[in-house]
Amino acid sequence: MAGIPHDHYEPKSAGEKWLHKRLPIAGLMYDTIMIPTPKNLNWMWIWGIILTFCLALQIITGIILVMHYTPHVDHAFASVEHIMRNVNGGYMIRYLHQNGASLFFVAVYLHIFRGLYYGSYKAPREITWIIGMLIYLLMMGTAFMGYVLPWGQMSFWGATVITGLFGAIPGVGPAIQTWLLGGPAVDNATLNRFFSLHYLLPFVIAGLVAVHIWAFHTTGNNNPTGVEVRRGSKEEAAKDTVPFWPYYVIKDLFALAVILAVFFAIVGFMPNYLGHPDNYIEANPLATPAHIVPEWYFLPFYAILRAFTADVWVVIAAEWITFGIVDAKFFGVLAMFGAIAVMALAPWLDTSSVRSGRYRPMFKWWFALLVVDFLVLMWVGAMPAEEPYATISLIASAYWFAYFLVILPLLGVIEKPLPQPATIEDDFNAHYGKSGGNAVAQPAE
Amino acid sequence: MIRKIALTTAAVLALTSGAALAAGGKKEITDVDFAHEGPFGRFDQFQLQRGLQVYMEVCSACHGLKYVPIRTLADEGGPQLPEDQVRAFATQFTVTDAETGEDREGKPTDHFPVSGMEGAPDLSLMTKARAGFSGPYGSGMSQLFNGMGGAEYMYSILTHYKDNPECAPDGVDGFYYNSSFPNGSVPDSCKDEHGVSTVPGSWIAMPPPLMDDLVTYADGTAATTSQMAEDVSSFLMWTAEPKLMDRRESGFKAVVFLLILASLLYLTNKRIWAGVKGKTA
Repeated sequence: MAGIPHDHYEPKSAGEKWLHKRLPIAGLMYDTIMIPTPKNLNWMWIWGIILTFCLALQIITGIILVMHYTPHVDHAFASVEHIMRNVNGGYMIRYLHQNGASLFFVAVYLHIFRGLYYGSYKAPREITWIIGMLIYLLMMGTAFMGYVLPWGQMSFWGATVITGLFGAIPGVGPAIQTWLLGGPAVDNATLNRFFSLHYLLPFVIAGLVAVHIWAFHTTGNNNPTGVEVRRGSKEEAAKDTVPFWPYYVIKDLFALAVILAVFFAIVGFMPNYLGHPDNYIEANPLATPAHIVPEWYFLPFYAILRAFTADVWVVIAAEWITFGIVDAKFFGVLAMFGAIAVMALAPWLDTSSVRSGRYRPMFKWWFALLVVDFLVLMWVGAMPAEEPYATISLIASAYWFAYFLVILPLLGVIEKPLPQPATIEDDFNAHYGKSGGNAVAQPAE
Repeated sequence: MIRKIALTTAAVLALTSGAALAAGGKKEITDVDFAHEGPFGRFDQFQLQRGLQVYMEVCSACHGLKYVPIRTLADEGGPQLPEDQVRAFATQFTVTDAETGEDREGKPTDHFPVSGMEGAPDLSLMTKARAGFSGPYGSGMSQLFNGMGGAEYMYSILTHYKDNPECAPDGVDGFYYNSSFPNGSVPDSCKDEHGVSTVPGSWIAMPPPLMDDLVTYADGTAATTSQMAEDVSSFLMWTAEPKLMDRRESGFKAVVFLLILASLLYLTNKRIWAGVKGKTA
């Protein structure tokens, strides 16, 4: 399967040969688990495993929650309280699921920014990147619909605001919104379809994860140098890589244990820290909360959505050019989805021939600014829509687009990259102070 | 690098707490040192019993606790009333039986009654539905160190009834000025030119429910307003989060287990990689 030459599975016993002829499943598993992996991967390469774990955690805890949950507007809130009070260990299952979503997003953001810094999106890994962006979009959809299920105040009003975004589409918007909700407003039909989709989408995500892994197992992992593994011969490749098992399995498990220790501390001692207290009030269509704030992981894009108000010149220009079809509300929606779209287009917007940010002296600073920008957007997304937050969110939104649409294309032309190591082996040996560098991976005795 | 990740995670957590935002305007919150606070805090069984008494004699006239099953009063970690006392306690309620549709005496498996007065919210989850602490500047730092402050919010509401402020000496008809209640109405004379309230809190419909010696505690504790407020706030924290102590225990065990596991994996990882890195394990 992998493009990097390595030893493949050879069936030995008669039984293995019998199976292999009919279903080469042992070979598939062997090639997947023994895949040659660049030996210089740093700690930012752990998030994939964390994400896989999160998906499994959410599916398992979710399936258990479904056994006790009632998707009906009259019973949903009470059934969650039933889980919290009467189901054995229910409070733990529910808090794990609730905070599991946060861990999922912490990991996915670090995973995405890892990719952005080390140029993991660049050829030949564009498909991996695009699949990843699709997974991220589905994650957001799934998380949003899951947040509606407890039927608290924030569930209800969040659903009202977010589905309202589709209502902003000119002409067909209101019809689409009604179709999505299953009625004129958020009600039982909405709750039921969100429940159905919230159960379905994680399995779609699981399928895409398999494709995501298949894609990068074909191209090989990127690594902190961005230099490709040598593929001339098996021996050459072996100098740049180690097999995934046991080297990265154990390393990733160590990282997972550390992160889970933090995670369980949050679940055990402050499970509602990342949530919103209003969601412990049952949904009431007649009482609008003072501030409708989405969960933290949506805040950066929520800030972009709100940043483009009717008095911003680009919005005025867009409205004038389109004869009023694109108004401020629709512009905000376009900006929000556009912010993710430009990120998905990074493989074609980045013109630099150098993959890793490590050897790009100017890029480094713009990238650091992007990280700060993301955190600022997250912060203003939670603040009320008033000054100075409105101006800050406008500037921060503008930088987000400028980074992908202007800075990435320009840097490739004007930046003078630093010299890169010839091989991954050179980089690895330089780091560990070895000379000669003929060591081939061997498990310790 | 691990430290960097940990710091980043902590920063992300701290920066992004959606709960960091308190709804409404300013409010005065008194930080009470509750027994259940802190990572290893435990509910004081006797305080919960006193709180139950205050709830039954005062709050329950208008408010309900519809999510709380009466039998949980006997649960470990709660008020822990003896089983026979819980059975006797349940008989004071009249319940419409779900199956027969007829009224009957309450049983421990029934829930507390719902709110009996229009506009009086159910209190089962009130201490989780309100955050006493917030900020600064939406950073969530206050809640990270002080907790969400739901019980403090409850205590403050009960004890912060004050004379009308100077900007509105006559107050609001039928309402009471409470410097901890952020969601009520504020007369225009107490707002600045941007319509922002100049006084902490606002006017609340609930009259001051507590006064000294309103209840007589069986255990002889002096029933001051602040004592009763603290007891009932603690009780309502328990009704909102009855599994609080179990949860902390599970969390603590998990963290200890994971730290041991992580140490072993660290050593394994170091040894495995030693060969590749050209070091001796």
